[in-house]
Amino acid sequence: MILENAPALAIGIPLFAAFAVFFFGKLGKRAMKVWVVAGLLAAEVFIIWLAMDALSGISHFYAVGAQVPGIISQAGFPVRVVLVVDAVSALVALVAMSLCLLAGLFSLRFFEKKEGGEKFYSLLLLLAAGITGLSFTGDFFTMFVFLEVISISSAGLIVFFREGEGFEAGFKYLVLLAIGALFLLFGVGIFYGKYGLLNIGAIASLVGVNASFIDFTAVALIASALLLKCGSFPVHMWKPDVYQKASGIVSAVLVASGLVGIYALFRVLFLMLANTPLSAMVGWVIAILGVFSIFVGVTMALKQTSLKRLVGYAAVAETGFVLLAFGTGLAAVTSMDIFSFRAVIGGMFQLVNDGLDLGLLFLLIAAVGFVTKKKRIGEISGLAHKSPVLAVLFLIGMFAISGMPPFNGFASKIIIYESVYMASPVFSIVGILGSVMLLAIFVKVFVAIFLGPPYKGKVEVLPKSMLLVMCIFAFFILLLGLFPKQAIEGVFLPAAKALINSQAYIGGIL
Amino acid sequence: MSPIVKNVAVVLVIPITMFGLYIILHGHLTPGGGFPGGAIMASLVVLFFVAFGKEWAKKINKGILFFGESFGLALFGLLAFLGLGTSFFHNFLANSDSLFGMSIPFGANSGFLWSGGIIPLMNIAVGLEVFAALSIIAVVMFLENGKVMFSEKENNVGGKK
Repeated sequence: MILENAPALAIGIPLFAAFAVFFFGKLGKRAMKVWVVAGLLAAEVFIIWLAMDALSGISHFYAVGAQVPGIISQAGFPVRVVLVVDAVSALVALVAMSLCLLAGLFSLRFFEKKEGGEKFYSLLLLLAAGITGLSFTGDFFTMFVFLEVISISSAGLIVFFREGEGFEAGFKYLVLLAIGALFLLFGVGIFYGKYGLLNIGAIASLVGVNASFIDFTAVALIASALLLKCGSFPVHMWKPDVYQKASGIVSAVLVASGLVGIYALFRVLFLMLANTPLSAMVGWVIAILGVFSIFVGVTMALKQTSLKRLVGYAAVAETGFVLLAFGTGLAAVTSMDIFSFRAVIGGMFQLVNDGLDLGLLFLLIAAVGFVTKKKRIGEISGLAHKSPVLAVLFLIGMFAISGMPPFNGFASKIIIYESVYMASPVFSIVGILGSVMLLAIFVKVFVAIFLGPPYKGKVEVLPKSMLLVMCIFAFFILLLGLFPKQAIEGVFLPAAKALINSQAYIGGIL
Repeated sequence: MSPIVKNVAVVLVIPITMFGLYIILHGHLTPGGGFPGGAIMASLVVLFFVAFGKEWAKKINKGILFFGESFGLALFGLLAFLGLGTSFFHNFLANSDSLFGMSIPFGANSGFLWSGGIIPLMNIAVGLEVFAALSIIAVVMFLENGKVMFSEKENNVGGKK
């Protein structure tokens, strides 16, 4: 009975936990932290179970509030809010929820001496619920609601403990995302007006038959809102600002919400455009946006002096790789050849690697700030003498993000280069150049922070929980990098198949 | 403000509260529901700020408002979880002849208050939450220009140290 309701519980538990944090805060700090970790862990366990099921080929469709939750369309069309857990949505939710859980574990000691922990954890749990909801939702209106949940709770997290500039970044994020959400709502309104439906799968089945200009307008509106959410090239400007001003822990969670934004974008595009002639054009537009994201992200990262802002631009470039891969796949979705399919697999792999690499780097920045108690990273140098562990972890994160073997970034990027090269050599070359430049940038950062004469200031001991969290990241980075074949066959191949197979999705709904 | 404004504000407590509660309780029958009703009730707090000024506003216990906000949200979540016997958010009270569980006779009617199952209960939870949250927003904006929402000072006023 419990497992039957797992898709709803994965969203419901963090949501309820977020509301009840206040009461546990009254009982004391310890009770509150236990409650927060228990809530995140419970959701994680359900998502792991769902992901194992989904990756072995069993998708779950769940109608919220129905007499029998497994029956989606009683009268031939879906009326209720539907949650869809197939291989790709379960994988994305797993990665995003793991990032939230690990960031939550990391923050247990981080906020020890600061006040206001209950609001931080409340917002963190709310964001976790929004992220899971956005990845599981099979319904356009619920997608809008969860997008709003994510943008409001992340704006709260961004301004947390920061004054002045932090407010500016948080406000910018909130306003931009609200505008994006209105675009989405307008697109959803068009679909609702035309078909009287909100369910993504049911609309996709109708769009596939009689697509018209108005459908494409709606798809374009929804896609632009989600492109804004994931921070692609022309609307990437909020990303460096936000990642610079927010605490490192919060940035790691925001990476997770960005991943889910990318997933939602391609779920909609692959479903809506699968059988229409427009898929090629839209695919190329997305791929070109991805190439520009790589180029702009890398070149802007080159001239940054603030480390967090630099990693923020690197995050724009990393998003670009995913967009490039999925865009290439989308362009050929009507006649899928082996190279385009490999591009989708590479994009799926890169999506997961994004979360791991950027998450590790942002948590490392937070840890460096924690042990040195310095606000500005520029004042730190020669830290490797005092804490070699951080230096090693930074090396791992740096090599992983810039695509060096034997780390996971190499495994995913080589697939993207190979497959994209068959479609367009220029894009592939820009990608390789971007990757090389990322390495150059991070070598510069590594030398500045960790090498040089020994650090003179006081260095605090890194708490074990923080070290453990970062070691988990490093472990998965190495695992995916050393065994890419097994990872692709076991995880990314089923996920890529689920993403491009719109018929299975629609068939599950109707 | 002048005695006229103050007295009218006090007199208006009754109609505004009644209208707010009406909107909340009839949420499942007429347009409205928890959110608009809670917002109407919160407008009472704003009216009192205008009429009685800062001295009155300082007397508000924000701890209670925070409690009300969290309680409303937790109640909403709890009601969703209670339906888990069949599915999440399942309306287990509808047509059960218990709390808000009247079975509706077939045919046209003007609406029965004692129906709807968990929907009116959720409306009440949302109404409580929105009333408390909007009151907190009003207090913060009125007293502190919105500066301290996320800083350390705020804990001295409301919750536990």
